[in-house]
Amino acid sequence: MSLRVVVVHPDLLGTYGDGGNGVVLVQRARWRGIGAELVEATSESPLPTGDLYCLGGGEDAAQAASADRLRADDALARAVERGSPVLAVCAGYQILGRTFAVAHSRPLAGVGLLDVSTSKGAGRRAVGEILAEPLCAQLPVLTGFENHGGVTVRGSSVAPLARVEAGVGNGDGTDGAVSGRVVGTYLHGPVLARNPALADLMLSWATGLTLEPLDDAEETALRDERIAAVRARRARRGLSRLERYGRYGRGRS
Amino acid sequence: MRAELDRSLPARVRAAVAATRAVNALSRRLGTGSGTVAGGHAGLAVDPKLLEHLTAGRRVALVSGTNGKTTTTRLLAVALEGALGPVATNATGSNMPTGHVTALAVSLPGAPAVLEVDEGYLPGLVRTLAAEVVVLLNLSRDQLDRTNEVRMVSNRWRTALSGSPVTAVVANADDPLVVWAASAAAKPTWVAAGLSWRKDAVGCPACAGRVEFASAGDGGWSCACGFARPRLDVVLDGDEIVLADGRRYRLALALPGRFNRANAVMAAAASSAMGVGWEEALRRIAEVDEVAGRFSIVEVGGCTARVMLAKNPAGWRELLDLVSPGGRPVVVGINARVADGKDPSWLWDVPFERLRGRCVIATGERCRDLSVRLRYAEVAHRTVRDEVAAVRAAWMAHGGAAPGDGRASGEGAGDGADAEDPGGAVDVDFIGNYTAFTDVMARAAARTHA
Ligand SMILES: [Zn+2]
Repeated sequence: MSLRVVVVHPDLLGTYGDGGNGVVLVQRARWRGIGAELVEATSESPLPTGDLYCLGGGEDAAQAASADRLRADDALARAVERGSPVLAVCAGYQILGRTFAVAHSRPLAGVGLLDVSTSKGAGRRAVGEILAEPLCAQLPVLTGFENHGGVTVRGSSVAPLARVEAGVGNGDGTDGAVSGRVVGTYLHGPVLARNPALADLMLSWATGLTLEPLDDAEETALRDERIAAVRARRARRGLSRLERYGRYGRGRS
Repeated sequence: MRAELDRSLPARVRAAVAATRAVNALSRRLGTGSGTVAGGHAGLAVDPKLLEHLTAGRRVALVSGTNGKTTTTRLLAVALEGALGPVATNATGSNMPTGHVTALAVSLPGAPAVLEVDEGYLPGLVRTLAAEVVVLLNLSRDQLDRTNEVRMVSNRWRTALSGSPVTAVVANADDPLVVWAASAAAKPTWVAAGLSWRKDAVGCPACAGRVEFASAGDGGWSCACGFARPRLDVVLDGDEIVLADGRRYRLALALPGRFNRANAVMAAAASSAMGVGWEEALRRIAEVDEVAGRFSIVEVGGCTARVMLAKNPAGWRELLDLVSPGGRPVVVGINARVADGKDPSWLWDVPFERLRGRCVIATGERCRDLSVRLRYAEVAHRTVRDEVAAVRAAWMAHGGAAPGDGRASGEGAGDGADAEDPGGAVDVDFIGNYTAFTDVMARAAARTHA
């Protein structure tokens, strides 16, 4: 078989190296002897058919343009009906929802593949390392980087991807959303490079195969380092807060 | 250079200049800084309008863009110095007003100013300094953890330039975001200086449609709305500069790489806009062989390394093109401190695949991120966190001599074929992002060159 991994609108979405997710999926398939090709589906053409789709992050105008094109063409919805997995990060995640917001505009219509709505948050952008415990699959803790100003509210028909241990995510203590094989998350950039188990979950959905493990020594070393760095920083911060407010002081959360 | 205080300046400005110099001297003596930012802060505290006061009566050129600012600033300063005498310039890349104040405070009164300017500060400076020339190089993604909507920056440049009719703009016509900003200027000079990174340029700044680049390689581009590459005044064609009136000049540089040829043609066009002839400017530019340490050849880790700086995907793309013809080992250093940007996701925008088959060592505080990126690029590599140890490991892996054995014998095959190779004297190429680069430069034993 040859697996077609479609990176959706790399000309509009992909600010944070998000195209890397497509590279990770293709390589992890190939390393197991599964033929795979990377299809960069730019926005001027209709979305091609594929076995797995990735959407990345983007600036406001690009995000709105990408959503327009995806709504005009129901290729992504049909792919989801066929059971193709979709991974959408950051702006791509927001686009897959019912509505999303860009600066100085009323809410814009999303593609509607996830029962979520995103508005501009009132506070500062969420920028930094994020650590989140997955809720809906046998995955180890997710590690990544987030950079967004959106607050995402889930509808009743969609589960969060993970519970946030450090960072912001959706804004309510959870990150992302999962509906069938459509996964959205604020962990941007090469989230699959830092979380190869999530990449393999998407690949097993797309192929129907039980995948043999790979030697992920580099990924494991990176994961251990990032997870330890975030937890150490939290511990330091917690400690100094404790010292500042004393035992009975009121800290946040 | 230590210039006398200009007696014609008002007392408050003289006090501010004195404060700038004193704090800088103190900061250098205490070793707490290179003495360019702290003094600027002190001077601006005494006189918030110090920058306007110090540039009053001077000819001012500003250089901005995502990549090439420091080099282009240096080349322009060198080009002008021959004809105009000493210039005031922030040669160390301190490109915010504190750095500008320091550069001006230590310069001769009235000397022309050639200032490198951070992209975000450019609009304010264009307005307040009534700059004679502004050089706009390119705009692309940089430092992902900051707000970096390049379209927004382009719009802010555009607004500032449309409000400053006295300013001549020298603009890279190959970058649509630069053209959008510069087409609001009164007298733009359009230079085809090239653009190797187009990912941030496909969204049309005029209509939010799509910019199409001509498939034939002349760099032409247009959008359906009519926004297109303007008529060119200056074309960089390989090693030749061609002007609209037919004049041609050979471009011979000591600095390596296509991107430095682009920086040089932009600098020469700017000096021409300030009245210095092309031939004279190019003759002086040709002699510059190192800029703020970039491309220096240094002794480090017991061997000789060429040390290069790349800060964002566009810069990395250029440098990988530069080193890829060589056979020598490559050490790649990645940090993610505040000055680098704390998010190294951009590693996935860099075509590290071009290093396949080379001896590669990943180093720096974020060598683990780089190592994963190299794995997926199928670049065999080792990971050595300490930068100097990494350079040494690369050299040893490539047949370097043990300490005390004199010159290395480990020259890779194919080096001689590289026209831009600085010669057989280099054992290892080191490319680092900002703090990885500065760390290695600080730890280098001695410069053997430049
Ligand atoms: Zn247009």
